Amino acid sequence: MSGRDPSLVIRGASVVNPDAVVKADVLIEGGIISAVGEGLAGDWSIDADGLYLSSGFVDLHTHLREPGREEAETIETGSRAAALGGYTAVVAMPNTDPAQDNVATVDFVREQGLRAGLCDVVPSGCITKGRAGRELVPFDRLGAAGVTLFTDDGNGVQDDMLMRRALVMAARLGLTLAQHCEVSAMTQGAVMHDGQCCSSMGVPGWPAEAEEAMLRRDIELVRQTGAKMHFLHLSTAGSVELVRRAKADGLPITAEVTPHHLSLVDELLSGFDPVFKVNPPLRTPVDIQALKDGLLDGTIDAVATDHAPHPDHAKEEPLDSAPPGMLGLETALAVVNTSVGLGPQGIARVLSWNPARIARIEGAHGGAVAVGRPANLALWDLSTVWTVSRDGLASLSRNTPYHGMEVRGRVHHTVHQGRLVVKEGKALR
Amino acid sequence: MRHLLSTKDLELGEIVSMLDVADRMAEVNARPLPKVPALRGKTVATVFFEDSTRTRLSFETAARRLSADVMTFSVSSSSVNKGESLRDTIETLSAMGVDAFVVRHKSSGVPRQIVRWTDASVINAGDGWHQHPTQGLLDAYTITRAFGSHDSMAGRTIAIVGDIKHSRVARSNIDIFTRMGARVVLVAPDAFLPRALDTWGVEVRPALDDVIGDVDVLYMLRIQRERMSASDVPGLREYSDKYALTPSRAARLGSGALLMHPGPINRGVELLVDPADVPGSRILTQVSNGVAVRMAVLFTVLGGGMGSIMQQGAES
Repeated sequence: MSGRDPSLVIRGASVVNPDAVVKADVLIEGGIISAVGEGLAGDWSIDADGLYLSSGFVDLHTHLREPGREEAETIETGSRAAALGGYTAVVAMPNTDPAQDNVATVDFVREQGLRAGLCDVVPSGCITKGRAGRELVPFDRLGAAGVTLFTDDGNGVQDDMLMRRALVMAARLGLTLAQHCEVSAMTQGAVMHDGQCCSSMGVPGWPAEAEEAMLRRDIELVRQTGAKMHFLHLSTAGSVELVRRAKADGLPITAEVTPHHLSLVDELLSGFDPVFKVNPPLRTPVDIQALKDGLLDGTIDAVATDHAPHPDHAKEEPLDSAPPGMLGLETALAVVNTSVGLGPQGIARVLSWNPARIARIEGAHGGAVAVGRPANLALWDLSTVWTVSRDGLASLSRNTPYHGMEVRGRVHHTVHQGRLVVKEGKALR
Repeated sequence: MRHLLSTKDLELGEIVSMLDVADRMAEVNARPLPKVPALRGKTVATVFFEDSTRTRLSFETAARRLSADVMTFSVSSSSVNKGESLRDTIETLSAMGVDAFVVRHKSSGVPRQIVRWTDASVINAGDGWHQHPTQGLLDAYTITRAFGSHDSMAGRTIAIVGDIKHSRVARSNIDIFTRMGARVVLVAPDAFLPRALDTWGVEVRPALDDVIGDVDVLYMLRIQRERMSASDVPGLREYSDKYALTPSRAARLGSGALLMHPGPINRGVELLVDPADVPGSRILTQVSNGVAVRMAVLFTVLGGGMGSIMQQGAES
């Protein structure tokens, strides 16, 4: 960023801030918001009449696949998908190859994000080496390298004692641990939610209690250690209730839900299409309603995509051997808006403000659109109806479960560090 | 009907008329020369990713009796062992000219997935724990013909005993039997029952002794010894104590009751009695009916009208 960058004025948007939604012009100079008001002028301008303008979205849960599985996604293509989804920062999940359990890999991921220059790529770290659940990573060294969020995502930490030790260390170092709640002994070979559909399809089931049992354990460990914990992609009604009660007790926990767990039911798997296979699995209408209620009442803090690209051939395997996961970055706003009536401030709260705080990047992301803040911004509406196409996505992979589905709400422009990276729904780099 | 992937794809009326077609096929099979030219020029590929002797032979016999050409694919001698994907395997075989794939796979749902990659018909010959629709049809055929009329399943009590959870045969049979009006009772330990049975329209009993005196059909499933190692499953001896057909239990079967089993039998596990000593045993009848029912399925999926086959049959 240099002061010589041309200034940009965004005209006439409804600026979505925690205290109010107000129509205003926003002037951006040198990567910083330099004025918010009326009748502002800049070197060039965007007419944003009819659009909402908020701090850019922050995804707490993105699988960028690089290093290791660049056939599915690269940091560049994933960053482009993120920018198109209105994201100005994504937390890169650590299940890469090699895993993000060491400073070199974490630095590489961050550097690749800078090279792509489409959004901030914030590497998370593993809790255990190789995500194997046996030996803790060097939290202090990774913390010194800027990692604030640690998770073995894809695996839950099974060992109670190891998890307790990790939380004690995290509390001492001021780090946040994020858990993928899954008691693996209860989900051997599991393909989908263990309910009626699963029983009649004849596949191994993933029961709700496998998530809730680990969540319950971790809540008790948080109670003992005082460490901060974030719970990834909660999927069951029971989980929402556990978090609600733990928060009422004042425990320092946060939780996220994915767009797909707010919108898709387990019955979609009845055609045995692996594109609907995801971990944790799609669940029942009762669970979906509980997750929506939890998001509306603040029990669940954030929507996170769990964007998980897989090449076509992987999703053409039999349902039991196909890998779990689905794309999410480019459809998140629309799917959330179509599923839950959050309104503009609610959308900004769950897609930007809260996740920025949980990722500890609130210095540059999230919060109010205000003078002096870094210009990481998204411009969007909640009314445009469009049809998702797997062939129209920037991700290298095409495994969206929303192909052919009509959704409402669209990202129009994204500003990253003062630069327009998405204009009129097209990536500029 | 283009494919047969699940019994649930069939309306009740289609099931009944399929069994009627099987009657005609049974007539063909009873002839000195059991062969008709109904599917001459058609190619049936049996694609078995999982081993099976009887089902494959049954389908191949059925196809040959209808004069179809038979292409045989088995995984042990194929490029699947060289890492070829399911899709590439099916597209490659399709390119050779296949009219119907008869598919068995250890994974539930594979026959349905294959439909996307071929213009040929797909017949499910057993997929994972999901479905084995021709077994369901041949069992319904065996029961209705044994009791004498097309609607003779109505009001009968059929006990299905064993590992329901991991059984594709059970899922197909339960669907067909309940829709044909039978009272279906599942007899199994908890570990062998799927979690959600609410919509299945069945009753559950925890021990064979509770039901054996008043069943019209006793349907014993094969117990796979390897499943007995799972932690939530009772030991083999405990299982046999409660669920195996012993000579004393067989003696309590009603005089008109049928004993059925999809095979292969695990003697000493689910059957502690020689089925030959059980007067109501239809286990071998099931096998011979299997050929007629599979002829009916192949003919319905690939063939023309009913009139043609009998006419052609009469000529030959």
